[in-house]
Amino acid sequence: MPDSNVTTEMGGATARPPIALGLALTRLLPRTSESGLKTAHFRKPWIAAGLLAPQLLILLFFFFIPSYKALSLAFVQVDPFGAREIFVGFENFSRLLMSPDYQRSAFFTLWFTAVQAFVTIALAMLFAFATDFVIRGRGIYKSVILMPYAIAPVISGVLWAFLFNPAVGPMAQFIHSLGLPWDPNRRPFDAQMLVIVATVWKHICYDYIFLVAALLAVPHSLLEAAKLDGARPVRRFFTISLPLITPTIFFLIVMNVVYGLFETFGIIDAVTKGGPAGATNTLVYKVFQDGFVQLNLGSSAAQSVILMIVAILFTVLQFRALERKVNYQV
Amino acid sequence: MIERNLGLTIFCHAVLLLGAAAVCLPLYFAFVAGSLTLQEVQQTPFPWVPGTHFFDNIVSAWNQGNFSRLYFNSLVVTIGIVIGKLSISLIAAFAITYFRFPFRMTAFWLIFVSLMLPVEVRIIPTYEAVADAGAPLRWLFSATGLSGLIETVSGYRIEAALQWNMINSYGGLILPLIASASATFLFRQFFLTVPEELCEAARLDGAGPVKFFFDILLPLSRANIAALSIILFLFGWNQYLWPLLFTTDDSMATAILGLKDLVPVADTAPAWNIAMAAAFFVMLPPAVIILVMQRWFTKGLVDSGK
Repeated sequence: MPDSNVTTEMGGATARPPIALGLALTRLLPRTSESGLKTAHFRKPWIAAGLLAPQLLILLFFFFIPSYKALSLAFVQVDPFGAREIFVGFENFSRLLMSPDYQRSAFFTLWFTAVQAFVTIALAMLFAFATDFVIRGRGIYKSVILMPYAIAPVISGVLWAFLFNPAVGPMAQFIHSLGLPWDPNRRPFDAQMLVIVATVWKHICYDYIFLVAALLAVPHSLLEAAKLDGARPVRRFFTISLPLITPTIFFLIVMNVVYGLFETFGIIDAVTKGGPAGATNTLVYKVFQDGFVQLNLGSSAAQSVILMIVAILFTVLQFRALERKVNYQV
Repeated sequence: MIERNLGLTIFCHAVLLLGAAAVCLPLYFAFVAGSLTLQEVQQTPFPWVPGTHFFDNIVSAWNQGNFSRLYFNSLVVTIGIVIGKLSISLIAAFAITYFRFPFRMTAFWLIFVSLMLPVEVRIIPTYEAVADAGAPLRWLFSATGLSGLIETVSGYRIEAALQWNMINSYGGLILPLIASASATFLFRQFFLTVPEELCEAARLDGAGPVKFFFDILLPLSRANIAALSIILFLFGWNQYLWPLLFTTDDSMATAILGLKDLVPVADTAPAWNIAMAAAFFVMLPPAVIILVMQRWFTKGLVDSGK
């Protein structure tokens, strides 16, 4: 009966897996060799080694060795043909951090990520609240709002690039007919707005799924009690549901920031290619540009290392977010 | 909890309709653009009513972009990612939760650490790793002096044998994308919730680990496997950065790359009608999967937190 299984899990979906993840982390802390091991287990080390081998080998070749290489490349200068390597210590980093290009890119990435995360979560919250409240047509609304998840970031970028294309795009024509200037190929601010719109459009569905599930998991007894006390729906949302789902929101903030930082390559590449004049050059796009287009491997590796540190930081935050979920759950 | 609040109900429907419209509008305009001719797509104002050339455009986009080949590539790569990642993670998670062996925690941490770095931040070194997958082995052989030994004994140059260039190969497109432990972690979490009695009973009945895995654990994990396959399918089909770097040969490109190639750039004819028609058949497989399997997809997404 896999079907009934799923439905029961759907109800508590928000609570279950994150709790499991959070517990896993706390379970890991006492570092005994027993943790995370079933009481009834097998003792056949060779079979275990065989089962683990594919995963570990793939990680070794495509994760650990590349990561180690990125680290070591960050401290050397290589000429583009890879003939010579000279150890330069932290020079790649200091030159990078001093470069106005990099500072501009970092600054844009920061505010782009922040604006994108805020708008996405706010809109998703509005839709989730409305979905929770309406009865008729809930399923249809859900299906439609979920659609962009199926669409690749780069296709989302292509769609919006077309809509706002200054020559043929219908939306651009609409803006022009209002007498306003619009040209994302020349005006940096227009390009930045367009990138933000495309990322938000692509990512609302993700936050929406989590928020709808979280609102479903708010205990009905609490809402009934508040209703008996005379609280209207909006008030119930702000005084009961919202505080109870803050852990989900916190988790989503982390995930949105990660999305903005690392997963918008396709959108940027399709909409603006980092332009005009580097106005939409995010840090990840810059790694690609400097490394593959301009073949500045040392600088690109140093950028990778900085991004790795940021990524590790956010993974830790993500797990903290999952842990906090446990404490708040009713 | 039945409650009548007409104003709020209307407001909520309005919000949702607006949201649905915001989702559909770009898709609708893409459809309109995809149904026009090259002349019509350039007119101002842009028409609201679709033209009659949608299927013509689809056909010419399909042929122009060589999509028979690209679609096939995308399917191979996507299915490779789904099956590869699922099978590797299932057995790794099984080993880590159901076996006692030396360095168990070390193995777990090695896998766990890989959750921390998304592929995007290690693009270039991974590119090198894929371009020359034999390099670490060559290094190992020469560092341990084995290569010299083999050469003197058999006259065989091991360096020459260890040249694997994975660029423009399905392996190069698939393997780096399954080098992350998210699925392993997910299955580990699930295995930890499986009742202990099942394994005890299986062992009392004389079942070994292999039999236990195939007869009990796998059937139990069906729901998780289904949910995760959907997420992985979308992930694989929608890849852009990897295939962009790893394929220099057009016949090894994926459907997404083919679409990107059709998008008009400055100084070319603005053939948006062809590009938009192509966007529809490139979006089709993931869209169908999401619509048909929505419930599983939601579960998979919320479970994996990704």
